[in-house]
Amino acid sequence: MRSATSPLTIATPRTLDDALSMLRDTPLVPIAGATDLYVGLNFGTLASQHFMDLTRIDALRGIDVRDETLVIGAGTTFTALMQSVTVQTRLPMLVQASSQVGGVQIQNRGTLGGNIANGSPAGDSLPVLAASDAILVLRSASDERRVPFTSFYTGYRTSVLRADELIVAVEVPSVVGTQWFRKVGTRAAQAISKLVIAAVRSDAPRIAIGSVAATTIRLPRTEAALASGASIDDAVNTLEAEITPIDDVRSSADYRRQVAGNLLRRFWADTA
Amino acid sequence: MRFTLNDNPVDVSAPPMKRLLDVLREECGLTGTKEGCGEGECGACTVLVDGIAVVSCLVPFAQVDGSSVKTIEGLGDNHALQHHFMNEAGAQCGICTPGMIMVASTLPTDASLEEIRVALAGNLCRCTGYEAIYRAIQKANEQAAQ
Repeated sequence: MRSATSPLTIATPRTLDDALSMLRDTPLVPIAGATDLYVGLNFGTLASQHFMDLTRIDALRGIDVRDETLVIGAGTTFTALMQSVTVQTRLPMLVQASSQVGGVQIQNRGTLGGNIANGSPAGDSLPVLAASDAILVLRSASDERRVPFTSFYTGYRTSVLRADELIVAVEVPSVVGTQWFRKVGTRAAQAISKLVIAAVRSDAPRIAIGSVAATTIRLPRTEAALASGASIDDAVNTLEAEITPIDDVRSSADYRRQVAGNLLRRFWADTA
Repeated sequence: MRFTLNDNPVDVSAPPMKRLLDVLREECGLTGTKEGCGEGECGACTVLVDGIAVVSCLVPFAQVDGSSVKTIEGLGDNHALQHHFMNEAGAQCGICTPGMIMVASTLPTDASLEEIRVALAGNLCRCTGYEAIYRAIQKANEQAAQ
C-alpha cells in the first residue's frame, strides 16, 4: 500500500438522515463496497482523507417495484442484483452486467450506486442504466431531486451530484423490447471493459455504450437510423461517426470503433 | 474495535481505514492471508466476512466492526480442502492457495465444475494451473457429500 492509511478518518452513520446531516456540515467522501477506493488511494489519485461509510444504512439497500417502476437502493450489491428474481424478470441486462463486474468477491461488495458515483466511462452497469432510461434519486439534507441518468454526467468522471448529496436510489421504468448486453474485455472474467454495450430491440431501439467516450453514452443518431429502417451497414456508419473512442492502456481507438460496429451488428442479428 | 475472528470474540485497536488485510497480518498475527496485487484483482487475500467472500485488501477495518471474520487459519489444520489441495497438487508456490480455499469453502457440495469456475473467476493462479485446483475442490466436495 503506497499511501499511509493511518491519517484517514471514516464517519459511520447508521441512518440516512444522519448521513445527510454529516454531508451538509462536512466534506466527506461516501464509500460503500470500497472496491474503487483503495485502488485510488494506492495509485495516489484520491486526495481525500475523510470518508463516510454507507454500508450500515439499511434504507440504501433493497429492490422494489412501485407503479411498474423498478426501484433499486443505491447500496444494493451486484450479488444482490444477480440473485433478485425481480431484476432477473424486469431487467435481465442488469443481471448480465452485474455478473461481469470483477469476480465474486467484488460482486459481493461493489454497489450499483458506487458504480454510478465512481463514474468510470468503463463502468459495467452504466450502459444498462442509460439504455433503460433510468432516473437517479439524489437526496441532500434539504431536498430530493430526480435526474435522468443520461443527464447525470457532465464530463469525464464529473457529474451534477453535489458534495452534500447522496445517490439514494435508481428508478427504472418498464423496458419494452428485447434486452441485450455484451462486454468485451481482455479475458472473460475480472477485466475492465474495452467496450461495454446495452441495447433494447423494439420499434424505438435504444443503444448505450461505455468506453467509447468520456462518459457512458446513448447513441441517438444510430437509434434513429435503426428506427427509420436504415440498413445495418448504414447504422454502423452512423455509429462510427457518433462515438469518440481514444487510445489508452486497455485498447486503441481503431479497435474500439471496429468492435462497436461489430457489436451493433451482433445485437441486431441476435434480436431479429 | 470488537468483532469475531475465527469464531473467537476479539477487540483489536487499529486505524479505521487500515485495510482488513493489514490488520489481520500485522495486528492479529494471522499471516495465512496473503497480499497479491493489493487492488482486488487477484483474490489472494480473500477472507469471509459474515460468511461472504471478500478481498481483504479492499475492506476498511471500520466496516468489520461487529462482524464475523473467517481466515484460512479458521478452517483449522485438518480440513478436507487442505488435504485435497495437497493430494491433487493444487498448490505450487502457494500464494493463491488460501484465497482459493476460502472461496471454495463457500461453495455448496453439489457445485458443478462451471459453478466452481465462476466462483474462482476472481482468484488468479500463475503457476499451479486451474485444473488441479478445480479437481481438489471437486474431490473435497465429493467427500463432504458422502
